[in-house]
Amino acid sequence: MHTNPQDLHVVLVTDCGSTTTKALLFERTAAGWRQTYRGEAPTTVEEPVADVTVGALNAFQEVQELSGRTILKSQSNGSHPFVLAHGAKPHGINLYLSTSSAGGGLQMMVGGLVSQMSAESAQRAALGAGAIVLDTLAADDGREDHERVERIRHLRPDIVLLTGGVDGGAKEQVIELAELLLAASPRPRFGDTLRLPVIYAGNRDAAEEVNALLSRVAEVSVVPNVRPEIGREELGPARHAIHEFFLSHVMSHSPGYGKLLSWSPVPVMPTPAAVGDIVHAHAKRTGLNILCADIGGATTDVFSVFRDPQGEQIFNRTVSANLGMSYSVANVLVEAGIDNIARWLHFECTPQELRDRLRNKMIRPTSIPQSLEDLWIEQAVCREALRLSLSHHRSLAVGLSGVQRQRGIADIFSQQENRESLVDMLKLDLVIGSGGVLSHAPERLSAALMMLDGFELAGLTELAVDSIFMMPHLGVFASLDADAAQEIFEHDCLISICHTVVPVYRGTPRELCEVRFDGHVVGVVMADEVRRIDIPPYRKGEIELLPLQRTVDVGAGPGTPLKKEIRSGQEGFLFDGRNRPLYHPVERAHRMTRQTATMQALGLHSGE
Amino acid sequence: MAQAFTPGLQILSNTLVRRIRELPLTGEVDVKVGEMVSSDTIVLRAALPGDLVLVRGPEELGVDAEEFQQLLKVEEGQQIAEGALIAEFRAFFGLLHSVLRSPASGTIEFIAPRTGHIGIRRPPRPMAVKAYVSGKVVAVDKGRSVTVETPAALIQGIFGVGGERVGTLRMLRIEPDAEISPDDIPTDCSGCILVGGARPTIESLRKAAAQGAKGLVTASIDDQCLKSYLGYDLGIALTGDEDVPMTVVITEGFGRLPMSPRVLEVLRQLDGRAASMSGVTQVRAGAVRPELVVPREADGSSRASQEPLVLKEGSRVRLIRFPYFGLFADVLSLPSKPERIATGAVTRVLRARLADGKVITVPRANVELVG
Repeated sequence: MHTNPQDLHVVLVTDCGSTTTKALLFERTAAGWRQTYRGEAPTTVEEPVADVTVGALNAFQEVQELSGRTILKSQSNGSHPFVLAHGAKPHGINLYLSTSSAGGGLQMMVGGLVSQMSAESAQRAALGAGAIVLDTLAADDGREDHERVERIRHLRPDIVLLTGGVDGGAKEQVIELAELLLAASPRPRFGDTLRLPVIYAGNRDAAEEVNALLSRVAEVSVVPNVRPEIGREELGPARHAIHEFFLSHVMSHSPGYGKLLSWSPVPVMPTPAAVGDIVHAHAKRTGLNILCADIGGATTDVFSVFRDPQGEQIFNRTVSANLGMSYSVANVLVEAGIDNIARWLHFECTPQELRDRLRNKMIRPTSIPQSLEDLWIEQAVCREALRLSLSHHRSLAVGLSGVQRQRGIADIFSQQENRESLVDMLKLDLVIGSGGVLSHAPERLSAALMMLDGFELAGLTELAVDSIFMMPHLGVFASLDADAAQEIFEHDCLISICHTVVPVYRGTPRELCEVRFDGHVVGVVMADEVRRIDIPPYRKGEIELLPLQRTVDVGAGPGTPLKKEIRSGQEGFLFDGRNRPLYHPVERAHRMTRQTATMQALGLHSGE
Repeated sequence: MAQAFTPGLQILSNTLVRRIRELPLTGEVDVKVGEMVSSDTIVLRAALPGDLVLVRGPEELGVDAEEFQQLLKVEEGQQIAEGALIAEFRAFFGLLHSVLRSPASGTIEFIAPRTGHIGIRRPPRPMAVKAYVSGKVVAVDKGRSVTVETPAALIQGIFGVGGERVGTLRMLRIEPDAEISPDDIPTDCSGCILVGGARPTIESLRKAAAQGAKGLVTASIDDQCLKSYLGYDLGIALTGDEDVPMTVVITEGFGRLPMSPRVLEVLRQLDGRAASMSGVTQVRAGAVRPELVVPREADGSSRASQEPLVLKEGSRVRLIRFPYFGLFADVLSLPSKPERIATGAVTRVLRARLADGKVITVPRANVELVG
């Protein structure tokens, strides 16, 4: 197979998810790189099949049938099942790539000395590598030793990342943390004959002793410190080690993955890592502040790229492991509460009825809304899942404690401002929604409204969705050909829905801001009103937001106008005059009237 | 004829049930292939590694780690009894004297040179795995697992809480759609698996548990009742290890749903029989559903259900989404092309006839085969 970008014309990529394996064909056409065909099949990593390649082959078969391109050999022989193409011929492929989150994805436990320093850096390294963090141990987490030992034993992670201390600092506490791990002697999730992979990325002076201690029960990899200095974070080496262990200890022991790995010259990536890579690459290329949410059946991943006070683009990922639209739908109910879900409904539904419907979705997670009422209920749940997962994300996407401060250690510990979240909604340029409830919403504007409400967007923001959940595929493709992946990302993956204009204000002004596009006034945002402004799709021009009161902020500061070059989305502009934080009337009838008015103003089906 | 794979719950009056009993780590098998076992026969044993107790010696004695190494009276690998001397500290001609004694019996696994901390591994703890169902041992994987097979009736539920239980099936004297009240729970139900009715009140669950019932198989449950029974609000359908006095399995879902006639028909034939049940539920890929297994006499008529769950014209299905939730229908056709449904989504559908003769179109994802 080819791995040189110049030799690539047809690339087949799969994402092996927990329930579905999705295969996409990327082709170099006369117009450039495009996503051309898609096939999918149930993932077969679980019993009774217990071989991931069976599901992958079924998905390839569908792509083959739809495209008319011969992809699979008629007889399986050799190291892979593919017909290889030479140049741009109508048969075969040049390369096969894959991502995977089957079997629950990569599950890690991390540990560090201080919750808001090394332990937080360890979390960021693991999350950035595409892992679900099962628990974070820290010397200051308030737990007793025996509680920590019990917790480690109970979790059975795939990999442990141990950090702590700055290089050259005190070693004892880091070694104590290693002793706790030794005491627990955790077993890996897969294969009880394997030794648990442990990555040590803490104080380099303690590395030898930690290695000697833990080598009795684990396979230890020592990498450079994730926090070599208080104000510096180096996540790359730890992230690379996680990926290495993911391939050698997790993937290769999952059913059928040995074969799948042999089909591709490029390592299989964890799905969230691939999504993170393509989001990060897009932010680098465009300079935009981006928020991306992938709301799945079991988990919600949130990715962000925002500039820190020094102007550097900082990437963060969090995963809310039990916020999702099917397997975890009842957990959204538990965490958000029934009232918070019901507040988004514009029709009568008793709490009992709402609970029953969500519980029944929990036990029959693959069912889909069949009535408008059920659809609206799921969209209400989505808003709450987005709200909760963003809140979680904000707590981790923070500046480093002590960064860039030439002061004493006491000052560093008292720096509250560095704990502020990097996520600033007024500075957010682009939101990308992914996952069935957003990507496959029957009306695109309803997906926009879910993101607008769930994230409580403010200022000027472009809203887009991932058309067919293509970001994992593009993330792994970008590891070989970033330009081609970006081209497909912009052309086929990202569907721009609209731009939202949301002034935030003090007092009770009626008219909030005037909006101009291409030099023409297109409307005025009125307080408490939501409406859509029709703009021809995909038109480039300058948008100007002119606050009409000194207390109104559209993203450039109170009373300050904002100008920006944009390309309009499919649905034009969405004006939202509801102030932030969003107000929900206490009385149910009033709330329902308000929700109905919002839906009708946007031309959404409200059943009336 | 068009057909498609679809999820469904097995409701079988006569099948061959095989259950694999596994150890979490390598151990010993207590039975042989061909041996008959009862549900409470121990088939596997293993020794779980003992807990490791961490002793922070230097901190206890108030000395630094280096000095502590000189005070030690034990070494790595040594067996030690609870209360035995680990280290002794004397200063000022014996005026200051303190000792460190072992908080646990076990083996000294390590003495950390840097911190002086000592790890004492307690002795291994024995564990045993029972057969769960009465039947014949048909396979043994040395040191790992045992497979027990029995001719049986098998009823899969949609959701359950609580672990494996064994008892005598007892039908409640109640209509299939009647809500179970405390008055419906017999006072002499100790050791029984109660069956029937719907939507039990929390008082009836507590009464059944207090009377010693092993389990309850019923049609539906109210989520607030479940919350009261568990003592917390369940977020994920991953159950089986709840600390509840009685296992509960529901066959239809949450809300006010009667038990399906097919389930009732099979259960009625089993009144008074010994049964095994499990509330273990895992609603993900490779789903595990709760179950009731009722072994029967081996007469050679039982066959393992090998048929995949295939949806085809004529299949009997249960509808699992509003507005038809809980109703049954017969599949008339499976159109090959996706169609637009009421929500605006385009998806693969089927057409089916309800009991009242009405023909409806529903997404294929929203039906369950009634096996």
